Amino acid sequence: MQLHHFHGGLKLDEHKAESTARPLLTMGVPKYLYVPLSQHIGAQTECVVEAGDRIAKGQRIGRAKDYICANVHAPTSGWIRGIVEHPVPHPSGLSAPCIKIETDGRDRWGDDRLEPWRDWRERDPRSLRERVRDAGIVGMGGAAFPTAVKLNPRPGKRIHTLVVNGAECEPYITCDDLLMRTHPEAILEGARIVSHMVGAERVLFAVEDNKPEALRALTDAVASGEHDFIRIVSIPSVYPTGGERQLIKVLTGREVPSAGLPADLGMVCHNTGTLKAIREAVVAGQPLISRIVTVTGPGVREPRNVEALIGTPFADLVAAAGGYRPDVDRLVMGGPMMGFAVGDDAVPIIKGTNCLLATRPQDTPQPGPVMPCIRCGECTRVCPANLLPQQMYWFAKSKDFDTIQDYGLFDCIECGCCAQVCPSNIPLVQYYRFAKQEIWGREKERQKADLARERFEFRQQRQEREEREKAERLARKKAALAKKDSAPTEKKAAIEDAIERARARKTAQPAEERSAQDRERADG
Amino acid sequence: MRFRTRTSPHMVPGHSVGGLMRQVLYALIPGTLAMAWFFGWGVLVNVVLSVLFAVMFEALMVTLRRRPVGVTLGDSSAVLAGWLFALAIPPLAPVWVLLVGTGFAIVVAKPLYGGLGYNPFNPAMVGYVVVLVSFPRELSLWPSPEGLADASFTLWQTLQTTLTGRLPEGMDWDAITRATPMDMMREALVSGQTVHEVTRSPVFGSFSQTEWEWAGNLFLLGGLWLLYRRVITWHIPVSMLLSLATIAGVFWVIDPDQFASPAFHVFSGAAIIGAFFIATDPVSAATTPLGRILFGIGIGILTYIIRTWGGYPDGVAFAVLLMNMVAPTLDHYTRPRIFGHSGDGRG
Repeated sequence: MQLHHFHGGLKLDEHKAESTARPLLTMGVPKYLYVPLSQHIGAQTECVVEAGDRIAKGQRIGRAKDYICANVHAPTSGWIRGIVEHPVPHPSGLSAPCIKIETDGRDRWGDDRLEPWRDWRERDPRSLRERVRDAGIVGMGGAAFPTAVKLNPRPGKRIHTLVVNGAECEPYITCDDLLMRTHPEAILEGARIVSHMVGAERVLFAVEDNKPEALRALTDAVASGEHDFIRIVSIPSVYPTGGERQLIKVLTGREVPSAGLPADLGMVCHNTGTLKAIREAVVAGQPLISRIVTVTGPGVREPRNVEALIGTPFADLVAAAGGYRPDVDRLVMGGPMMGFAVGDDAVPIIKGTNCLLATRPQDTPQPGPVMPCIRCGECTRVCPANLLPQQMYWFAKSKDFDTIQDYGLFDCIECGCCAQVCPSNIPLVQYYRFAKQEIWGREKERQKADLARERFEFRQQRQEREEREKAERLARKKAALAKKDSAPTEKKAAIEDAIERARARKTAQPAEERSAQDRERADG
Repeated sequence: MRFRTRTSPHMVPGHSVGGLMRQVLYALIPGTLAMAWFFGWGVLVNVVLSVLFAVMFEALMVTLRRRPVGVTLGDSSAVLAGWLFALAIPPLAPVWVLLVGTGFAIVVAKPLYGGLGYNPFNPAMVGYVVVLVSFPRELSLWPSPEGLADASFTLWQTLQTTLTGRLPEGMDWDAITRATPMDMMREALVSGQTVHEVTRSPVFGSFSQTEWEWAGNLFLLGGLWLLYRRVITWHIPVSMLLSLATIAGVFWVIDPDQFASPAFHVFSGAAIIGAFFIATDPVSAATTPLGRILFGIGIGILTYIIRTWGGYPDGVAFAVLLMNMVAPTLDHYTRPRIFGHSGDGRG
């Protein structure tokens, strides 16, 4: 298969062997789970349980009340111990509402468990999508975008290709690798289910060539099943080839339009973990309540992959990986390029937690002081979106938000390549995030202001209209009143007329007499 | 357990500004040694004094601006500016030429514009052009290898000359200096000689005067090493040398008696060191890939024009400064096409 290149990118030290040497470990059920109500991109779910409720495994505890939202389910059976503010894995380091579950250790499914659909081929796509939505599945590569939304067909957009993203391009992370090695059949079945849902005719399953075991497992699985429309593609290991747009470019040579979606090219792209979750939701009737997490880095003693329930504290996962090494000082959720450091290992894993990375000062030395940009252009050379990061940095710094958008701020995928190569140690991605936040903030302000102005104008119009109507009403009333008064006035006028006539007659009479006398005088 | 949070990327940092600058300094060493071999101790005296002055001026300005002195000096940019300036100055130039030049390069061309990263002009070339137009006589006295050898000029005598501005007793400028290849060519063509007559002179090697060729070759080596280390990109050196060779080639083909060969233009004077070490100063150059190519082409063409029809024998310094002026405009009009955009990326 003819592969293509995207501009830039980096060859990074992979550090993947550390965590793939040990087998996948399924973790036990901890005493308490903290399940955040918001684990995905979109609106927060609405809690549908109360403190003291007895809950079964897989029972829905958070309801999606918006289109871009995902249900949350109880990872195991137990009791609800309250809706509490608890630290969550978020760059802000703030707390957020979590459902606190005291587990009963029985891991018992309820009676209202989703019905397993082994006959999914007979089901229509709409009900399958509904199942994906019910199961609360989100993109498991880290972005955590609700999957049902992505599977929804767009009017006029026919999907012909499903791209399966098994690139896993960030250093250290191996959860997809392990999943592909251990569950190739399940992932492929997931791919078939999704193809059935969206009507795709072919599946391009991309795996970076630094994962030979996964490639072999998948190739064997494809050869032994009826997957002839699925093609396993080994792609070069370049960061960030696992970015959806970069991956599509590598596989097809085509670029997803800047403001568009892969669907514009007739494609849809899903992560391997997501496909496995879809398969479990459809075939086993199991909502998304657990996931594989890579616990790795030079700061843990036995790097490995674990399968853990959503809501398990980071600390438990680290303990399962042999605990911390001395003087570990950084714990990152996600990979070293795009992940963020958490302030506390009490935070629970969520649906998008693919990796915990612990490092010591000697592994990630504090970079030197931030120096002025010398416009060396390294960032331009490595930018996978072909942007000019050094120029965007100036505009972000000077808060020139119009120009920075003109330079493609919103085409930035925040992969961090520019910041990694910057000799001046400028945290470039933070500048772009700042600019995006400011622009979104201003947009919101503007919308609010627009709304307020509209409201004000409407109010003014209404008041004017009311005023006008009042005035008209008054005028009409006056007119009506005047009409009512007009009867007596006529009478009065008639009387006055009569009086006038009488008076005229009186005055006229002497005048006649006078004229008669005048006439006589003239005659005489 | 609690942790301190830091921003991504969570990796071992790659380059540093100081590291890049120091690699450029390393790449200058072979060419500098070659110049010292041919032109005597004066080359090294110039480098040492200019670097010293440059660092002193930088430290002074940083202190006045109340910035951390260690951090700024650690970026080594003052050392590099001083060194590049020194290489442009005749090896026996008096010390005040060095003081004035480095003063303008560091005090005026850098901190007054906001320091490293903000200077629109190449600091070393600002310093050089200031002394070139101010002290034309001092700047024209290039010693010749034979002259120095005949006079058995020592380090001590060199220092004496530099510090006093006068040659030691019993020596004479005419005996130890000789016109540079650019000067020779210029004088000869003005006085009606042909290119061929000039290049037949015994001091000429394959393309130019032997010593200049050697210095050029070793600077080229350093430049290629910088390319290999990815400290610089190919855009500026390749486009500058190619455009210089092309325009020289066109005129040379038209009239080989009146116009020097492309090889002469590339291997004489400051073309090689200019292409790899001076025009590639990232701060004052264009920063987009296409912008850098146009920037290099502009320098190549302007260099040729100044050398051939201008008032100075060499034009690299002026060409670089002139193109510095248009660098922001080049950047503005040469933005690359953004991924997922059609056309020129400005939509």
